[in-house]
Amino acid sequence: MTLAPENKTKKAKKLSMKARYEALTRGLDWEPSYVEKDEMFPHLDYEGIKIHDWAAWEDPFRLTIDAYCKYQAEKDKRLYAVLDGFAQGQGHLGLTDASYLNAMKIFIQGVTPLEYGAHRHFAYLARHFAGPGPRFAALCQSIDEIRHMQTEIHTLSNYNKYYSGFHNWPEEYDRVWYLSVPKSFFEDALSCGPFEFLIAVGFSFEYLLTNLLFVPFMSGSSFNGDLPTMTFGFSAQSDESRHMTLGLEAIKFLLEQDEANVPIVQGWIDKWFWRSYRVTALVAQMLDYMLPRKVMSWKESFELYFEEQMLGGLFEDLAFYGITPPRHVEDAIKEKEILSHQVYWTLYQFSFAAAFTTSAPSDEHMDWLSQAYPDTFDTHYRPLWEKEKKNIEAGGRHFAPGLPQLCQVCQVPMLFTEPGDATTFAQRESEFEGEIYHTCSNGCQWIFEREPEKYRQAWLPVHQIYQGNCGGPTVPEVLEWYGLQDGDAGEYIGSRDHRNWQAWQGEAAADTATPDETKAGA
Amino acid sequence: MQEQTTADDPQTKGVRDVGVVIQESENNRPVIEAIEADNPGCSVMHSPGLVRITAPGRIVITQETVEEKLGREWETHEFQMAIVSYFGNIQEWDDDEIVIAWDH
Ligand SMILES: [Fe+2]
Ligand SMILES: [Fe+2]
Ligand SMILES: [Zn+2]
Repeated sequence: MTLAPENKTKKAKKLSMKARYEALTRGLDWEPSYVEKDEMFPHLDYEGIKIHDWAAWEDPFRLTIDAYCKYQAEKDKRLYAVLDGFAQGQGHLGLTDASYLNAMKIFIQGVTPLEYGAHRHFAYLARHFAGPGPRFAALCQSIDEIRHMQTEIHTLSNYNKYYSGFHNWPEEYDRVWYLSVPKSFFEDALSCGPFEFLIAVGFSFEYLLTNLLFVPFMSGSSFNGDLPTMTFGFSAQSDESRHMTLGLEAIKFLLEQDEANVPIVQGWIDKWFWRSYRVTALVAQMLDYMLPRKVMSWKESFELYFEEQMLGGLFEDLAFYGITPPRHVEDAIKEKEILSHQVYWTLYQFSFAAAFTTSAPSDEHMDWLSQAYPDTFDTHYRPLWEKEKKNIEAGGRHFAPGLPQLCQVCQVPMLFTEPGDATTFAQRESEFEGEIYHTCSNGCQWIFEREPEKYRQAWLPVHQIYQGNCGGPTVPEVLEWYGLQDGDAGEYIGSRDHRNWQAWQGEAAADTATPDETKAGA
Repeated sequence: MQEQTTADDPQTKGVRDVGVVIQESENNRPVIEAIEADNPGCSVMHSPGLVRITAPGRIVITQETVEEKLGREWETHEFQMAIVSYFGNIQEWDDDEIVIAWDH
């Protein structure tokens, strides 16, 4: 014993990771003796999922409470050091342009509340799963998600001191039209059973599409001088790898437990792929239009993070269980060439009623778009912007009159075109109990018709405005009900943020931020 | 963009890539070096703030190599501080190594 080599003794005192994880998840669990197990876990049957052996769930991370607390504390420490330094050094003045923050406004308005929703629902799973392994993983994720919400608020609150659009996001999330896209998505998931929620959020949102959602965001913030958001992103994504693991473990566990689970899970993948994918439309336009310094195009990131990694990698793996790639995935692939352009063009026209601003792309920006989208930009979208440039020169920047029609399922304005035909608008109609419902795509129509009694209840912002539930019948009344203030909405050029930015940056910023418009009058 | 240095090796034909994305920072440089050393067939792609390492079929991160590059003790749990994302399945996360691979 005394002769043991030194390097062997250094870790000998501690149990191995495997033994510690076993002790936590198995050793601390118990069998109920004075209630039946299904009284203790009453929500596990009604979705039709069959679980025979909860002990078969293995968390590959083998995380224990001491390790969890130690590393989470370290992550927070690193993040808050960066936030303090940035605030003290007036770091916001080093951003590429104040217009960059439009992406962050959408983030805090539309994503931060989802973190809170995830926190609540993973706490529910941590109570209701019948196995200690998944319960503990869900508990960690629940704590992670509230940390994400809090650190996002802290990260972006510094900008709220200097810029518009950050001041009323929780209320905006509940009221504003474009924010009903992420809100209705997440509440759709929250109102599912525990297993469907796990496939919806843990698998479809966090494994299938997480890279597409967050990795470009982080590279974008890094590239545009936003050190706090980049650091927050790293901090949250390191948790996210654990959430991805939970999502993947969940799906494999369900598929391995009983063959009867396979068609149920396939239906959920089909539904939640399309639901999640529609939410990423907001990310697509952000990548291609809102970042002053571009990282990669939506098309490029879709090909890399979705087609290559998920279709080429993951779904080959899931084929082993009889799982096929999501229904309507072909439509999403066809859309990669046009998605961001169609979405941004819509947001551009309706930003008078939004808590962010928009602006027409400069010539240089359009050249980048041509090169990133050689098959579509010059044919379909450059002409729109050239025409808009003339409008602007004539002093008539275009805003859409009226309100857009929304898809009954994804709640995105009905702006999408037919798969493979960028010139014909797609409009689907379904009848249910004597009423007509409109959807934006094959995917949304299929989802509607699968559960019409659920989606007929959708709170569609435009319908609500017309019904008089949003402050009044006129645009100013609605905007007041949204809690918008001067400077939050509309055109970026000449906005409060833009004027402040120019004043702060002096002449140099004036040249880079307004290339066309200022020269046009000369 | 992706240089497949092992394309000629018949064993890796038809093998699907797995990958891991790591924050590019001074702290993580030794970890990235260790992964490159332990996975000779890997490809590395840089984008702002991030390093994406991919390899056919399998990526291994070993405690011994990381400790060597780092010059101090390192427990595999600490990899959580570096990882941003991955694709593949985490097959093993033990005291001495982390393995990312597809199951099927
Ligand atoms: Fe989160
Ligand atoms: Fe998450
Ligand atoms: Zn839709």
